[in-house]
Amino acid sequence: MKRTFAALASAALGLSLLAGCGGSGSGSSDSIKIGVNYELSGSVATYGDASVKGIELAIEEINAAGGINGKQVELVKYDTKSEPAEATTLATKLMTQDKVLTVIGPATSGSFKATIPVANQNQVPVISGSATAEDVTVSNDKLQEYAFRTCFSDSYQGTAMANFAAENLSATSAFVIKDTSSDYAKGLADNFSQRFGDLGGTVVGEEGYVSGDTDFNAILTRIKNQDFDVIYLPGYYNEVGLIIKQARELGITQPILGGDGFDSPTLLQLAGASALNDVYYTNHYSSLDTTNQQLQAFTEAYTAKYGEEPNAFNALGYDTAKLVADAIGRSSELTGEAVKEALASTEDFEGVTGTFSIDPETHDPVKAALVIGLKDGVQDSVEKAAI
Amino acid sequence: MEQVLQQLINGLSLGSIYALIALGYTMVYGIIQLINFAHGDVYMVGAYVGYVCMTHLHIGFFPSLVVAMAACAVLGMVIERVAYKPLRHSTRIAVLITAIGVSLLLEYTMMYFAGAAVRSYPELPAYLTRSFHFGGVVVTSLQISIVAVSVILMVALQFIVRRTKLGKAMRAVSQDQDAARLMGISVDNTISFTFALGSALAGAAGVLVGVYYNSINPLMGILPGLKAFVAAVFGGIGLIPGALLGGYVIGAIETLVSWVGFSTFRDAVVFAVLIIVLIVKPSGILGKNVREKV
Repeated sequence: MKRTFAALASAALGLSLLAGCGGSGSGSSDSIKIGVNYELSGSVATYGDASVKGIELAIEEINAAGGINGKQVELVKYDTKSEPAEATTLATKLMTQDKVLTVIGPATSGSFKATIPVANQNQVPVISGSATAEDVTVSNDKLQEYAFRTCFSDSYQGTAMANFAAENLSATSAFVIKDTSSDYAKGLADNFSQRFGDLGGTVVGEEGYVSGDTDFNAILTRIKNQDFDVIYLPGYYNEVGLIIKQARELGITQPILGGDGFDSPTLLQLAGASALNDVYYTNHYSSLDTTNQQLQAFTEAYTAKYGEEPNAFNALGYDTAKLVADAIGRSSELTGEAVKEALASTEDFEGVTGTFSIDPETHDPVKAALVIGLKDGVQDSVEKAAI
Repeated sequence: MEQVLQQLINGLSLGSIYALIALGYTMVYGIIQLINFAHGDVYMVGAYVGYVCMTHLHIGFFPSLVVAMAACAVLGMVIERVAYKPLRHSTRIAVLITAIGVSLLLEYTMMYFAGAAVRSYPELPAYLTRSFHFGGVVVTSLQISIVAVSVILMVALQFIVRRTKLGKAMRAVSQDQDAARLMGISVDNTISFTFALGSALAGAAGVLVGVYYNSINPLMGILPGLKAFVAAVFGGIGLIPGALLGGYVIGAIETLVSWVGFSTFRDAVVFAVLIIVLIVKPSGILGKNVREKV
């Protein structure tokens, strides 16, 4: 019985390998294929959807303008269902079967990291517009050769917010509430606490929750009577929205600070407009950033195509796709390796999230963080955070 | 002192919701000895029905509550007729696995139609969002409504079970199905009615959670469902007062654990309680040890 099973299993394996070989021969030479590997369903679908909208707009514009060196760009799009394992499988499929030149996405760090070994192995670059975790492009002091990103890292966001809290809000004490089930929130919290301490502030306490929680009244009641100037609340909009709502209902009036996980229209729906006052978060992009030349054109094109205002994920997706196209245009030949070289040598790329270069040592962009302030749920102020 | 009161209020609102869900578990178990794992998902469906009523049909909170309860009652009866009734004479494990299947079916059907993203209830009328300050203690009218609605429903349930003919039939069927049938009670109808009643309570809990936390998603029923199950076991599964007690105790334990500063261990503590109860007093706090007939 066991032997029959083994035989069947190996036969099935052989068949699937054959099928794999059959699929790999396709791909026309007059178009350039770029993989899009994003969370289109599941828990963080908002991020994936938003990024893909930006990417599609960028590619549409590139194709309308004649493509890359005369070749049209073709997107091959897959859904990771917000699962890292699925992301790895799809990245492999994109690289070995669809023969794409570059894979864009996934949006979250965990899923993106899961695709990096595949990228290094197949020598096809992967690039994300929103994987902000610390060890994405450099892990254990070793550069991940084929991984890039167009967003700044968590340490940068945490540090920027600590500066903002100490200097702009004159805060001397902070309370940290973090999502302990997410590396993103932990990274932001650690860097915030460290910088805030360096600037002479004290973190009076820390609380944790896990993603999916809905009742925060108990922890909020606990911290209500403590003395602090600001709350630092790194996390994603689903829980953050509820925490802000419940905190304001309990009469906690201190400013609430956070990271780019706040950036979603869902935040406003969950928390309600009246709760979103004195709320500040670091972000990659703001429509209020009038110093940016590209922004106007992007906002108009985006609004015309989708009938809504773009958010940071749209903008980052757009920039990422434009950067990839730019690099492919500059690369000496159409191979993953050449595109990687071109990406790593990007200088002064003008994007809607700011003008930036790619640091060849870290594959991170060099750019400033923005701190957005909310008033009645609407963006009211924007400042460039100094480092 | 303020903290104690405030936490007590937090625990009460949470406990009311667990108690409402636990009642359905316990009633179904009492009548056909089935742990209906799809019950948490009926609660989820209730939350979505309420959402559709308030967002798209623009009807008020209380009418939405009634519509959701009615819809869930029907859903509960359909589930019983389609999934459990054909298996009534098969092994208990078969029915249990079917229940898990129904649970997954409900979750992913909802995800297919409504999407996986979190949805939020519309802005509530002012009379529900008011908050009252007693010294440093804040009570919102929503919290009061949750506790009040729960208590009213529980009293109504107690009345139905104790004082009406149908309630008498339910109690009879739960004691001995064959004897009840011989006395002229329609066992099928009584079981249907029990499912309807339990599911309606879950539907009410769904809408209450929707307005209270303002956040619903297709998988929202899993954890509260499991915790309500723990609550039912804690109080003594099959016993209505046990489910009430269990619901409030679990709500209080969760709040207490967070209050002490171990908020991330909250769920672990709840399930540890389940294990302890199962070891120390398997029949639950209010349960009597009944010897199984051999």
